Amino acid sequence: MNTIVNPLVSGPHTHAAISVPMVMRQVIYAILPALIFGVVIFGWPSLWLILISVATALATEALALYLFNKPIKPFLNDGSVVLTGLLIAMTLPPWAPWWIAVIGVSFAVLIGKHLFGGLGQNVFNPAMLARVMLLVAFPLELTTWINPTPLFTEGAPSLLESLAITFGGVIPADAYTGATPLGHLKTELTLNHTVSEVLSTYSYWDSLLGWTGGSLGEMSAILLLLGGIYLLIRRIITWHIPVSILATSFLLATIFNLISPDRYADGLFHMLNGGAILVAFFIATDPVTAPSTPRGQILFGVGIGIIEYVVRTWGSFPEGVGFAVLLMNAITPLIDHYVRPRIYGRTRTGKPLEVNRQG
Amino acid sequence: MMKLFRFRGGVHPEGRKEATTHKPIQVMPMPKRLYIPVQQHIGAPAEPQVAIGDSVLKGQLLAHSQGAVSAPIHAPTSGCIVDISDYPAPHPSGLPVRTVVLESDGLDQWVDSPVVPLDPYNLSTDEIAVRVGAAGIVGMGGATFPAAVKLKLGKRSKIDTLLINGGECEPYLTCDDRLMQEKPEAIIEGARVMMRAIQANQTFLVVEDNKPAAIAALKKACERAADIKVVVVPSRYPMGSEKHMIKTVTGKEVPAGGLGADVGVLVHNMGTAYAVQHAVKLGRPLISRVVTVGGGAVSQPQNVEVPVGALLSDVIEFCGGLTEMPARIIMGGPMMGQVIPYLQVPVVKGTSGIIALTADEINQQTTMPCIRCGRCVEACPCGLLPLQMAAQARAGNLDNVVDLGLLDCVACGCCSYVCPSHIPLVQYFNYAKGELTARQQAKHKSQENKRLVEQKNERLERARLAREEAAARRKAEAEAKKRAAELEKARKQAEKAAESA
Repeated sequence: MNTIVNPLVSGPHTHAAISVPMVMRQVIYAILPALIFGVVIFGWPSLWLILISVATALATEALALYLFNKPIKPFLNDGSVVLTGLLIAMTLPPWAPWWIAVIGVSFAVLIGKHLFGGLGQNVFNPAMLARVMLLVAFPLELTTWINPTPLFTEGAPSLLESLAITFGGVIPADAYTGATPLGHLKTELTLNHTVSEVLSTYSYWDSLLGWTGGSLGEMSAILLLLGGIYLLIRRIITWHIPVSILATSFLLATIFNLISPDRYADGLFHMLNGGAILVAFFIATDPVTAPSTPRGQILFGVGIGIIEYVVRTWGSFPEGVGFAVLLMNAITPLIDHYVRPRIYGRTRTGKPLEVNRQG
Repeated sequence: MMKLFRFRGGVHPEGRKEATTHKPIQVMPMPKRLYIPVQQHIGAPAEPQVAIGDSVLKGQLLAHSQGAVSAPIHAPTSGCIVDISDYPAPHPSGLPVRTVVLESDGLDQWVDSPVVPLDPYNLSTDEIAVRVGAAGIVGMGGATFPAAVKLKLGKRSKIDTLLINGGECEPYLTCDDRLMQEKPEAIIEGARVMMRAIQANQTFLVVEDNKPAAIAALKKACERAADIKVVVVPSRYPMGSEKHMIKTVTGKEVPAGGLGADVGVLVHNMGTAYAVQHAVKLGRPLISRVVTVGGGAVSQPQNVEVPVGALLSDVIEFCGGLTEMPARIIMGGPMMGQVIPYLQVPVVKGTSGIIALTADEINQQTTMPCIRCGRCVEACPCGLLPLQMAAQARAGNLDNVVDLGLLDCVACGCCSYVCPSHIPLVQYFNYAKGELTARQQAKHKSQENKRLVEQKNERLERARLAREEAAARRKAEAEAKKRAAELEKARKQAEKAAESA
């Protein structure tokens, strides 16, 4: 037995049971319940949308890796691009046509991720980048919401009909479409109705369980919350980002609601509707585009919470969480530069602590 | 219950101590040949005092310490010096170091030591440090800093607290654990001697809570001592790091670039306390140590008392050999230990463990790009940003790495351990530290060169001036001579004229 190993290896010589694919897998497990729920209540078209997104994600990733001359297998297997595909699908209207998913996902992977240098290098969250691009480029398709029409119930599109919806671009009949609670509130408020009038038929329970109109995967607040708690328990994410986002928007909403209950919806309404919970637990927590220190993450979350509330309340879109994430992504390098932990044995400014030496 | 403080970061690696913690320390038979490097400590190598062919007795001085930070080396057994030359050192580089090869005569006969056992309670503080220094004791936790140098720190700073480090937070290692279980009285006596040397007024024996048997044994042994207490600390790596142990027990932070003594605390390892007791009370130099032999590839993991200089292959053979080809052999623990390229290297004073790891135990996977998850930031017990430091090191921006705190990094490996991308962060930092040293040396060298060139220029200038001066002088002299000759000539002419007149 002579030379056995490469002697230049530094310690540690053991490693925690964790890897990038494992992290990605855990996040996929965590969003699965909400995703399945989305398919159940929106029917086959939403399933096609998910499959198209994932297939596009894998194909685009393979192409990009090939173009940029990177090893294809380890990156394709790391799960990150499947997750990107799933997350984008979750933010799309459930009956969106196939090309929306293809454009959105390939844009996210090619422009959002690989143009910046691939995994770990992108500045902006690819899913949010795609979502906002689509919203601006295809506003009609991106705001055609449908009411829950669960699989196998009367009136739900059959397999064949759903193929026509997804691939044929057959615009669903009016009977299916409706507004999201956030969109409904926004439109009605501009018509000078008060919040209580608008929300007279609204039920918090429906939002909590996911029985309203909205994006494919943002429906069930309770399932998303459970998924988020799972990630917290598995230590895949920390509490800093989700808690600071939700707490900030909740607090702001509560303050304005107390000031003028007729014009501003309450905190719980803001938390349960739109993409707040989905984004707080699964999108803003994307490590690549978020600050890497706990204090930085809190700043980041507070920023998202504020922008989200401001856009929702005074902006021209009913939902603002995508813009909020992108804006804060842009500030992340700045946060990382200024927010650093205190080094052991040094003051916050980096000077060594005082020494009391005798003689 | 004492109030403890928490240091930031840290990790909880799997302990894997079960295999050895319940087995008594075994004494290994003396191997035929011992390979004793003259450098087993931080500082200058010791200078051999024996020649090839010399017979030596056990405990006899083999090499003198050189300089202020050094330690002498003694013969672990009696026998004959058969070689003094370069042999592979227990270091990842496998580079050779000067080594004294001692062939055992099998008698294991002690030298008639002029170093007589002393009553530790009648020694002056200086005498203790001298005795500890003469016994060649170095920090047994792996840092191998000469113990006597630390014991003299009491002269520089007021030290009120002595911590005896029984943290042993590295996975697999149980050598301190076993010592505490088997020799608690000796450890406490050693601690008392050191406490006397630095004139501290309290001593804490600090043990992680995953060693209940050791804690019980120590508590029992110091029941009647008012100034020596056992402190149980939570098991969290790197608890055994001096700075982090000081923080945990006293709440004080050692200033950057400073020592524990700067905040009035001195830390010595449990094994060091045991060696000090041996040196002061029994007059024995440090010639053997307890080593944990473990890892999935070792057939009988256990703690072994090994003479300094025994080859790793001898020690592993004593433990029943290897069951499979290990993926890595580590000297020390798996978090901070060093890879040993082959087994034909000796155990030295700082060898706490010989760990033969299987690939499963290492759990190293393909390195992926950094996903900036911040786990390394969370885990760093020093408050650094390993991901940023690695990125800057990778880009070759050495100054930025230093600005980010490279010199505050203790290389504990927490960051690499938790990295989901399996990025060898510590390797980047070691590389950067190496580059920094090389750069400083180059700078030093260029300054030295510059100085030499300047000196040479000055010398040349002086020589030129001297030459010119000499030339001028010669010219002046020649001129003076010429004038004198002319004058003479004129005088002679005048004389002639006067004569003829």
